[in-house]
Amino acid sequence: MTFRRSLLAACLALSAALVPGLVMAQGTIRIGMTAADIPLTHGQPDQGFEGNRFTGIPIYDSLTQWDLSAADRASVVIPSLAERWEVDPADQTRWTFHLRRGVKFHDGSDFTADTVVWNVNKVLDREAPQYDARQVGLTATRMPTLRRAEKVDDYTVRLITSEPDSLLPINLTNLFMASPVHWAALRAQHPTAEATWNAFAAAPSGTGPFRVTRFVPRERLELARFDGYWSTKAKADRLVLLPIPDASARTAALLSGQVDWIEAPSPDALGQLRSRSMTITQNLQPHVWPWQPCFVAGSPLADVRIRRALNLAIDRDGLKQLLGGLMVAPVGTVAPGHPWWGNPSFQIRTDKAAAARLLAEAGYGPQRRLTIKVQISASGSGQMQPLPMNEFIQQDLKPLGIDIEFDVVDWNTLFGNWRQGCQAASARGAHATNVSFAAMDPFFAMVRFWDSKMAPPTSNNWGFFNDPRFDAMIREARTTFDPVARDAALARLHAAGVDEALFIWIAHDVSPRAMTPRIRGYVQPQSWFVDLRLPYIQ
Amino acid sequence: MILYLLRRALYAIPIALAVGFVCFMLVQIAPGDPINAIVPPDAPGDVVEQVRRDYGLDKPLPVQFGLWLLKVVQGDLGRSLATGRSVWSDLRTAIGNTLMLAVCASVLGFIVGCTLGGLAGTFRGTVLDRVATGIAVAGVSVPHYWLGMVMVVIFSVQLNWLPAMGAGPGGSSDWAWDWEHFQFLVLPTITLSVIPTGIVTRTVRGIVAEIMNQEFVTALRGKGLTRMRIFLHVVKNAAPNALAVIGLQLGYLMGGSILVETVFSWPGTGLLLNSAIFQRDLPVLQGTILVLAMFFVALNLIVDLIQAALDPRIKRA
Repeated sequence: MTFRRSLLAACLALSAALVPGLVMAQGTIRIGMTAADIPLTHGQPDQGFEGNRFTGIPIYDSLTQWDLSAADRASVVIPSLAERWEVDPADQTRWTFHLRRGVKFHDGSDFTADTVVWNVNKVLDREAPQYDARQVGLTATRMPTLRRAEKVDDYTVRLITSEPDSLLPINLTNLFMASPVHWAALRAQHPTAEATWNAFAAAPSGTGPFRVTRFVPRERLELARFDGYWSTKAKADRLVLLPIPDASARTAALLSGQVDWIEAPSPDALGQLRSRSMTITQNLQPHVWPWQPCFVAGSPLADVRIRRALNLAIDRDGLKQLLGGLMVAPVGTVAPGHPWWGNPSFQIRTDKAAAARLLAEAGYGPQRRLTIKVQISASGSGQMQPLPMNEFIQQDLKPLGIDIEFDVVDWNTLFGNWRQGCQAASARGAHATNVSFAAMDPFFAMVRFWDSKMAPPTSNNWGFFNDPRFDAMIREARTTFDPVARDAALARLHAAGVDEALFIWIAHDVSPRAMTPRIRGYVQPQSWFVDLRLPYIQ
Repeated sequence: MILYLLRRALYAIPIALAVGFVCFMLVQIAPGDPINAIVPPDAPGDVVEQVRRDYGLDKPLPVQFGLWLLKVVQGDLGRSLATGRSVWSDLRTAIGNTLMLAVCASVLGFIVGCTLGGLAGTFRGTVLDRVATGIAVAGVSVPHYWLGMVMVVIFSVQLNWLPAMGAGPGGSSDWAWDWEHFQFLVLPTITLSVIPTGIVTRTVRGIVAEIMNQEFVTALRGKGLTRMRIFLHVVKNAAPNALAVIGLQLGYLMGGSILVETVFSWPGTGLLLNSAIFQRDLPVLQGTILVLAMFFVALNLIVDLIQAALDPRIKRA
């Protein structure tokens, strides 16, 4: 027995020596991203939330983080580099964050309160040496009320907001902590702060579970497990991230064994992927694919009956079939069971008879047809399959007496128009716009659309929705600091939004991924993000 | 010859200015806002305006163009709005990758096109001619990105013989001329060579057919030269025109391989332009187009010089 074991061990050792690539590949996960370039690696990624997913969370940590450990419940904010926090009851614009001790950056330096102040200043203090205009656009937008940070002691920091804002801990998931020590070392070698940040991006240092080992611009980013990580360490030895923007190329790369995991496989390829034993994963994602109505006078969607009728008229099962099952039929911006659900009385479903009754009440039907113009894009990040999906809805609504006209514009243009509103010339008379969005935090899920102060050019209240009841509910949510009570206020806001049918909710994306069956331990949470510490190659 | 070279180099200056200006204006009048390369679309208006000021995108267009031009004449193509990296550093790598692909495709297209065209022109009206002409027509008619996808399905996905994408197992920076790396070049090269193959085949067939009808060929036959010796005379006479065609094709391949590079995720200028277009990354767009245009001008000049060297009848003032 001993001899046989020794022989087996010798054979394994010999195999390992002869096939080094094979041994390396056992702990290396190669991922094909949808991005056309490596998302920025200096700590504030671009390329939307795909950037946060691959070059934010794996390399860096923030004060708070999303719980990505489970697939069967809503992802909520939990402590990260901050162990706990509280707002000053006497002055609700002052927050105290108590920091985790013993956290090290990849360069070996310590994470302290100075680090937090330095990282806040990199985007908010124009006079700070490390201020970087590029990172402002990527960060300040996601924490709109944060104004400054003050050190209390080495492991306590005070954050000041412009107004009482209970959403701050959620917003702080977007501020990643880069190493000031590493930056200062690079600054000595580079003439400007901008050049230093570029050098930092090529050789980053965060506190995350992976450290960058190789960066080839536009081609690949290689990460290795950081053994000094303060929490549960990654199971995979290495990650290789490859930008493959074309869906067919991604699928071919997976099927030919060049990568182990691809983001967003094309629905057309699912059959082929399954036939080759690839694992297709999906889960409800806080992603909304809607028609956002224009509420100004003259728009037919200013009438709540028509908005409700549209929400009842769409055959979402048919749409799901069109997408190969890669969508969830929405019943609101968030799903039942989510802390902000709120149990609205209006039930979003397919009920064409009820839709016809509502349309008739509003004075429309097959005899007096209703025309609605929607501005859409032909493609775009997060837009799923905009042309076939919209054309399906167009055909679906026709028998009810609803004629849908499309104004198809470039994705970048549609995005730009989103900030200008439905009264601007850029809307070209559209009654709705079809921009999909992330609904991770309350500001991005609801506030920016339903707060009258968020009308263009301030933010994305494209339809100029203006209702004092909603303004009051938003104010209440933002000034309620007990998390449970705040979620209850947000739930009331969400329920009211569904009851007023403030969107035509059409689909939720499910963030499909395809991967080789050799990948184990993977958990797809109800989130845009993934905990890359969990998966490994068998 | 030196004067000729100088004059042609001077011609390149107004061409570069015109290309730079047209490119700048086209990008400006295209729908969308370059600020979207820097800030998310859901950014509040005040942040957008602040970033616009920080990047100088609030200045009048002539001022923006002037500032860009001033840097370009100093050899600075600026920095990418999206990544902050030097445009030239990204462009240099991309040009190297595209040049490798374009040269391989051009050489393949030239060899196959000359062979097929030579045979078709020599044996006009035969089955060989019809087959070669058919291949040429197919070559210029088949959408090459479609052909690329089909080849990936066959050779990468089904047969697993060749890689489907990328520029080497460790990326283009680790490139080496061994099979482990060269296999990544095979499918994109074949895909990209299809159009030049078709064009060269048709061109060479026409030239060879025309030369074969000329009196000097009859005279060579009358002198009793072998078919091979006659063929060599034909090749020498056909070479200048064939070279001119392939030279221009190389220029087209340098700038026109966007779709093929996207299908194969080949990190060249095509993929760089593709992402710059979608991100409205003005400095990258302008820098890439300018450099490619200059490359095209230089290539034309080189082709002219080679033509003149091969055929003394081509007089240059």
